Amino acid sequence: MTRHVVIVGAGPAGLAAAASALRAGARVTLLDTAERPGGQYHRMLPDAYRAERNGRLHHGWARFDRLRRHVLGHPRCAWWPESAVWSLERSDPGDPAPPLVHVLRGPADGAGRDRLVLRPDALVLAPGAHDRVLPFPGWDLPGVYTAGAAQALAKGERVVVGDRVVIGGAGPFLLPVAASLIEAGSAVLAVLEANPARTVARGWGRRPWELAPQAGKAGELAEYAALLARHRVPYRTGRAVVEARGDGRVEEVVTARLRADWSVLPGTERVVAVDAACVSHGFSPQLELPAAAGCALRDTASGPFTEVDGDQLTSVPGVYAAGEITGIAGAPAARAEGLLAGWLAAGGAPAAPELRPLRRARDRARAFAGRLAAAHPIGAGWPGWLRADTVVCRCEETDFGTLCRAADDRAGGAARAVKLGTRAGLGPCQARICGPTVAELLRRRAAGAPGRPAEGLAPATPHHRPIAQPIRLGELARPPRDPHEKENTP
Amino acid sequence: MSPRIVPASSDAARRRDTPLQITVDGAAVAGVEGQTVAGVLLAAGRRSWRAGPSGAPRGVFCGIGACFDCLVTVNGERDVRACRRRAVDGDAVSTQSRAGTGEPR
Ligand SMILES: Cc1cc2nc3c(=O)[nH]c(=O)nc-3n(C[C@H](O)[C@H](O)[C@H](O)COP(=O)(O)OP(=O)(O)OC[C@H]3O[C@@H](n4cnc5c(N)ncnc54)[C@H](O)[C@@H]3O)c2cc1C
Ligand code: FES
Repeated sequence: MTRHVVIVGAGPAGLAAAASALRAGARVTLLDTAERPGGQYHRMLPDAYRAERNGRLHHGWARFDRLRRHVLGHPRCAWWPESAVWSLERSDPGDPAPPLVHVLRGPADGAGRDRLVLRPDALVLAPGAHDRVLPFPGWDLPGVYTAGAAQALAKGERVVVGDRVVIGGAGPFLLPVAASLIEAGSAVLAVLEANPARTVARGWGRRPWELAPQAGKAGELAEYAALLARHRVPYRTGRAVVEARGDGRVEEVVTARLRADWSVLPGTERVVAVDAACVSHGFSPQLELPAAAGCALRDTASGPFTEVDGDQLTSVPGVYAAGEITGIAGAPAARAEGLLAGWLAAGGAPAAPELRPLRRARDRARAFAGRLAAAHPIGAGWPGWLRADTVVCRCEETDFGTLCRAADDRAGGAARAVKLGTRAGLGPCQARICGPTVAELLRRRAAGAPGRPAEGLAPATPHHRPIAQPIRLGELARPPRDPHEKENTP
Repeated sequence: MSPRIVPASSDAARRRDTPLQITVDGAAVAGVEGQTVAGVLLAAGRRSWRAGPSGAPRGVFCGIGACFDCLVTVNGERDVRACRRRAVDGDAVSTQSRAGTGEPR
């Protein structure tokens, strides 16, 4: 019987997985909350823009366009746009079937969406990541955006966030964001990499042969660097946005030189007038779905990721993972992982000769991820940027002072108690944004007494959100429909 | 200056826009078919439209549906992420505030 592979996410990883699973003979359901495939990297303009040259805004467009047409037009592929996977239902212990996939299909957060359930033979999770942004005074002012937001708005709907923009944080991702804003006509005043040149060079310079296979990526970055130079946009290392100020919106940012550990070098502060600031200190993988499926996570210096074996298989039978949820390594790496995951999820032979180059590409991609992390780490000194009244949890407006007091309280300093006491992480975003920050602040405060338990409370499991995407009560009340059962019963 | 949309006439992507109109708290706001509700609001020069528990202004932060800063009510449905919802001609959008409600949401 033809295997049914469900793929969550149609970014570089998910789209590659779909192509590969189709090639191995499977029937594929590819779904994404977005209306169009491409994910964050190849975020397409809406159909309604009737753009003749969407490719002008992208790298590797021709290849993506061919892949997208091939996959979406394939007779064995069902493409489900505007489809949010809101829950994964684990099978009974001992049952090797992968979890059931619960889907809401329709306009984002709409009340009348179609509720469906899929019973795959194998599942590929490829939901990607979102920006990780560390707090600093004023980061909650309107006009301060994640770098990803500026990128998504510019690439995805041609909206530019401002005319005088400072971009800051860590990682090579700051460069394409600068390029998009320049292309869209903004004045980018500076791109600030918080790590000193020494750290960046050491990370990238070690084992340079690992970079060669990522030549596409290196070439892309070189192009951005040339664009910055042409527009006289300074790229500074060892400097960061440490404060945003303004009355109801950002009007100026304070930048400062940082030491290697990201503590501020006093006296190096500079005030820059801006109408927008874009910050990103790295990426947080979207771990709700792997957590819901029960997949083991792997702890790294840059936080937890989904653990996979050499076949991209997670710890749960039939559940594969690909792309940024297994490690942050960019689009080519996501693609390589997707190709492997899709083939194997479809039941393709693990020893097939054509897998050899794919495995090699994937291994190089993993090495690349390691270098990326080494070249652009988050320095330990960032909490020094915070003041007592600096908001840490944007939703609940819990400030740094309140968090510190709760953490130091001997009775309730455990993560879960602090969360309940201060409400940090209990707002609408469910700790997606502040979760890693709060966890790290608490870990540090508790350095003397690690893992102090709070009696009667389960430990905090930051990625476990039983509901991965919002669902309304009315929708929950309706029984889900199995689209394939419907097909079979005339 | 403020956020804006790249004019179709100078866009390298060569768009052919179709105008649309929504209302925001009753006032008409012009946009373009295909924009998200957040895109319409930003392009109209608005940076914030929601108020947090203290009344602090919120608009777009993450842009991709992760932060929930941008929530609005669309045609009576509360808590719609403006950065993810496509605007439809005639949509009645109203802004939300948690200030002074004391509600632990
Ligand atoms: C906002 C943003 C912009 C970025 N822009 C760039 C860029 O311009 N250049 C660059 O080199 N890198 C960019 N990146 C980095 C980017 O993450 C990788 O380059 C690459 O896109 C990762 O591929 P992926 O397939 O793992 O994930 P993604 O491309 O993120 O694709 C994941 C897809 O899964 C979907 N999804 C997630 N959860 C669900 C769910 N529950 N149900 C249904 N669908 C779901 C998402 O809608 C998304 O389309 C960006 C990252 C972010 C967060
Ligand atoms: S801006 Fe973050 S959810 Fe909309």
